[in-house]
Amino acid sequence: MSGDPTLERIAQGEGLALCAAGNWTARFAPALERIVSDAEKLRGSRPHIFIDVSQVASLDTFGAWLIERLRRSLSDASAEAEIAGLSANYSSLVDEVRRVGPAPRAASEPLLISGMLEQIGRTVAGIGGTIIGLVDMLGAVLTAAAKVLIHPRSFRFTSTVHHLEQVCLRAVPIVVLITFLIGCIISQQGIFHFRRFGADIFVVDMLGVLVLREIGVLLVAIMVAGRSGSAYTAELGSMKMREEIDALRTMGFDPIEVLILPRMLALVLALPILAFLGAMAALYGGGLVAWLYGGVDPEAFLLRLRDAISIDHFIVGMVKAPVMAAVIGIVACVEGLAVQGSAESLGQHTTASVVKGIFFVIVMDGVFAIFFASIGM
Amino acid sequence: MAEQDNDAIIRVRDITVQFGNTRVLDGLNLDVKRGEILGFVGPSGAGKSVLTRTIIGLVPKVSGRIEVFGVDLDAANSSQRRAVERRWGILFQQGALFSSLTVRQNIQFPAREYLRVSQRLLDEIMVAKLVMVGLKPEVADRYPSELSGGMIKRVALARALALDPELVFLDEPTSGLDPIGAGDFDELVRTLQRTLGLTVFMVTHDLDSLYTACDRIAVLGNGKIIAAGSIADMKASQHPWLQQYFNGKRARAVVA
Repeated sequence: MSGDPTLERIAQGEGLALCAAGNWTARFAPALERIVSDAEKLRGSRPHIFIDVSQVASLDTFGAWLIERLRRSLSDASAEAEIAGLSANYSSLVDEVRRVGPAPRAASEPLLISGMLEQIGRTVAGIGGTIIGLVDMLGAVLTAAAKVLIHPRSFRFTSTVHHLEQVCLRAVPIVVLITFLIGCIISQQGIFHFRRFGADIFVVDMLGVLVLREIGVLLVAIMVAGRSGSAYTAELGSMKMREEIDALRTMGFDPIEVLILPRMLALVLALPILAFLGAMAALYGGGLVAWLYGGVDPEAFLLRLRDAISIDHFIVGMVKAPVMAAVIGIVACVEGLAVQGSAESLGQHTTASVVKGIFFVIVMDGVFAIFFASIGM
Repeated sequence: MAEQDNDAIIRVRDITVQFGNTRVLDGLNLDVKRGEILGFVGPSGAGKSVLTRTIIGLVPKVSGRIEVFGVDLDAANSSQRRAVERRWGILFQQGALFSSLTVRQNIQFPAREYLRVSQRLLDEIMVAKLVMVGLKPEVADRYPSELSGGMIKRVALARALALDPELVFLDEPTSGLDPIGAGDFDELVRTLQRTLGLTVFMVTHDLDSLYTACDRIAVLGNGKIIAAGSIADMKASQHPWLQQYFNGKRARAVVA
């Protein structure tokens, strides 16, 4: 159909009639906007202007508003604009848009320099807030743990086992696979470079110390932060968005005790187990490569390993694991509870959970390195 | 409008929808005529929202045929489908506003995607829609999480109406609104229907809406339409659920 909207200008003595015709609807909105912008320039040109809409085939909110906008901008001057020929069907729509006031402006961006300074200030304050939040959550979790110790019946055993399955049992295949491969790579690189000095066998010392003290636990902690820390944040965050956490609170349950304590406990139990399995897989992988690639047969490997490492190395690795788990868990829970109402916020906090979790794990590893060095382990 | 009475804007034929072993809709037939406001009622869990979602294409059907604006949605290619989707607006039960966009951005979203118009016009139309649904323009820069339940409904309606659709699906639009707000809403739906020639498919439990806003009522039960007609037809029906629904205590209070 030939529905293109038009606005004809017809001089009527002193006055001017603007005759609208065609479809004044959303489909033709770009054309309508041009027509109306042109017509708005007629403001003040004639003492009397009226807009005749009797020929309009169809009208919707877009068309009605643009006619109303035209009327307003033509009326501002001394000239008085009117709308004529409105059919009964459309009059209520035009009345409706007549109530519309000016659009509120969107909040404007601050100036460049003051905006940058503001951003720096907010970031610094945010870092302080993060640390306070972590300490706060640590305190809350310990208080909840103490309460559970006093009243063991309130302990959520089922929930803890469920989370243990999620973060430990289901993580075993991927953790074992990755640490196995890392063990292979360390061993291959070690043999490749040590061979120049004829010191192939020292690869066993390097592998043993590195895997048991550092790489095993660090790698597993990073994997757990990515795998389970993000899951915790997303779970708690979406529960917060849907007011489930508020619902728990109003029923007299402490969300820390019900939701966070079982998760923390599961993680603290899971990480040493995974770190142990990871270390064993890495040693196995390293030994395999040493045998197949470096010609160190398994018996010689084990003999050398027994000489090279002491139980101290193993203890150092294992002691770190639960502490790293606690750090990952606390960061994940703080971020989860900080989620606001939007999907975007959930994504941001899940990202922050993993990034901060890994960062704090590495910081803790450094702190432990200094500590063990100074006590001579 | 009398000459258009046979002009069905939605034509549903023999629709069967099944979740696992549960048959929710069982050979259902329904016509929605152009320009009418159809109230769709039925017991909770009868599948009212499922039918709505099936028509929109969100729930897969086992068998049957759905035509909207004369287009068979199964046979339509993607551009035909998009053309149909542009002509309808949907108000979801929970609002389904985009949580990371402000009210302003939510309402402008469809128009920004489909129409090439200036930011000024988008802003003005946004305000017009807000005023139409009874909200103040000041809420424009709030996020959905900062709105009350009733406001979310209204903003969602404003978004559903953003492109001035010919057909709107309203899933329990007045639930969660205060009675005055609900009355205004019914009035608004009536106004829009009159002015824009809007066709409204309204799932509702609100008897006031059925009385004041709806031209025709369809009742869902056992996966089929058990009755369709005016409110008088409904009250005259001998079906026990209808008897209870339209002649029960709450219904009498509405009439009084």
